[in-house]
Amino acid sequence: MSLVRGLLAVLLLLVAVVLQVTFFPHVAWHGVVPDLALLVVVAAGLTRGPQFAAILGFTGGLLLDLAPPADHYAGRWALALVVVGFVVGRLRPPGQGARPEPAMVVAAAAAASFLGTSIFALSGLLLSDPLVSVPEVLEVILVALVWDVLLTPLLVPPMMLLFRRTEPARVSLA
Amino acid sequence: MAMREKRWRGLDRLEPVDRSSRSTLVALVLACATLITLDHVGGALDPARRAVGEVVGPAEDAANGVVAPFEAVPRWFHTKSSLEERVAELEAKNSQLRQQVATTALDRNRLAEYDGLAATAGTVHHALVPAHVIGHGPAQSFSQTVTIDAGTSSGVHADQTVLNNDGLVGRVISATRSTATVLLLLDRDSVVGGRLGGSMEVGFLQGRGELSGQATLDLKLLDGAFVANEGDTAVTFGSEDGAPYIAGVPIGTVTAVYSSPRETSRRVEIKPFVDFTALDLVGVAVPSSTRSDRHLVKPGQAAATSTPQEEGR
Repeated sequence: MSLVRGLLAVLLLLVAVVLQVTFFPHVAWHGVVPDLALLVVVAAGLTRGPQFAAILGFTGGLLLDLAPPADHYAGRWALALVVVGFVVGRLRPPGQGARPEPAMVVAAAAAASFLGTSIFALSGLLLSDPLVSVPEVLEVILVALVWDVLLTPLLVPPMMLLFRRTEPARVSLA
Repeated sequence: MAMREKRWRGLDRLEPVDRSSRSTLVALVLACATLITLDHVGGALDPARRAVGEVVGPAEDAANGVVAPFEAVPRWFHTKSSLEERVAELEAKNSQLRQQVATTALDRNRLAEYDGLAATAGTVHHALVPAHVIGHGPAQSFSQTVTIDAGTSSGVHADQTVLNNDGLVGRVISATRSTATVLLLLDRDSVVGGRLGGSMEVGFLQGRGELSGQATLDLKLLDGAFVANEGDTAVTFGSEDGAPYIAGVPIGTVTAVYSSPRETSRRVEIKPFVDFTALDLVGVAVPSSTRSDRHLVKPGQAAATSTPQEEGR
């Protein structure tokens, strides 16, 4: 991964995180906003594989953990997005330039949303940071899932295109 | 073994995991755990948080400025009828609130008047029928009368004393079932027997037929040689059986004394305690045994409520 590509990916994450805390709260449902950073990681995973997506997930999660409105323990979103990146990366269809089916993309986004928000919520329950009840957590997870699935057709394909364009030639695996 | 084969076949289509990506995953997860631990212990990540905030904060600020116009987009789609509905709703609420504000002072004054009336009932040792002034006679009729909203069904009859918490107002001259007409002290036809509190001198108070803030009464003392003192208080001396006037109701204070050589008595000007231009709550003195359709203010009830009167006024 060259420096420019890395910077491009970080810039994308930065835009996602900023939009997530500035624009989407105005259209939020009960304060639940779509996880844009997670969708970036999903797009990266589906085009670039587990390793890249996990690193990107770590970066994006760290950004979410440290960017101003956040006051939870740093590392929680990072952990969630690392796992999401790795799992979604493994769903990537093999072969250079191979494209996943649209249904597959939506399913991956839904699974990633569920997995990511759940891991974040579970780490919160373990660390009791903040103290919330399980039904509340479930509601938030479901609403976030709906949001993410709704935005996936709009946001993920262009980002996948971007990641595919900047992809270095794949090394064939033995 | 067969089970194993089956499981792996399902996962064949997945991206193969090589050593490097697995070690990356482990490293990243450990990094996350380290971060969480560091933050949990406290303080160690504050510089990082601050640094990220310094970068992302301005970006968020700028982005917020950019997206603010889009925030208004949903508002463009309000229909005209829904907007009109909203305007009507808000106007109704507005006028309701304005009315509340406007009547607060009135409510407070009314409460003070009730308190004062209750105190007055104790002072004059009579039961009082509370009533509101609901109509003023026109000046064109050259008589100073008001209508109150209590009548015979409340126990109000002609020739009863009407007073408020300041002093004597007048007397009832006629009563219907639900209203009564009160002749004010100021009327030319109104003559009240009075006594100066300081000297016990007796005289008659007559109105001048003018209704204004500076209304005065004329007091003619029976003892023509007596010189009244300014500031002395006139009270009613009372009639037989308390009709038309009960005894001891304050009327006003002496403001000026004139002696005319032509007349055998001296004329004394009295300024009434009652502000006749702002009459509202009055009480009609009735015998304690009166049957009334409203609650009578009886002496002895005022003990607890006499202090708020001072605060309210």
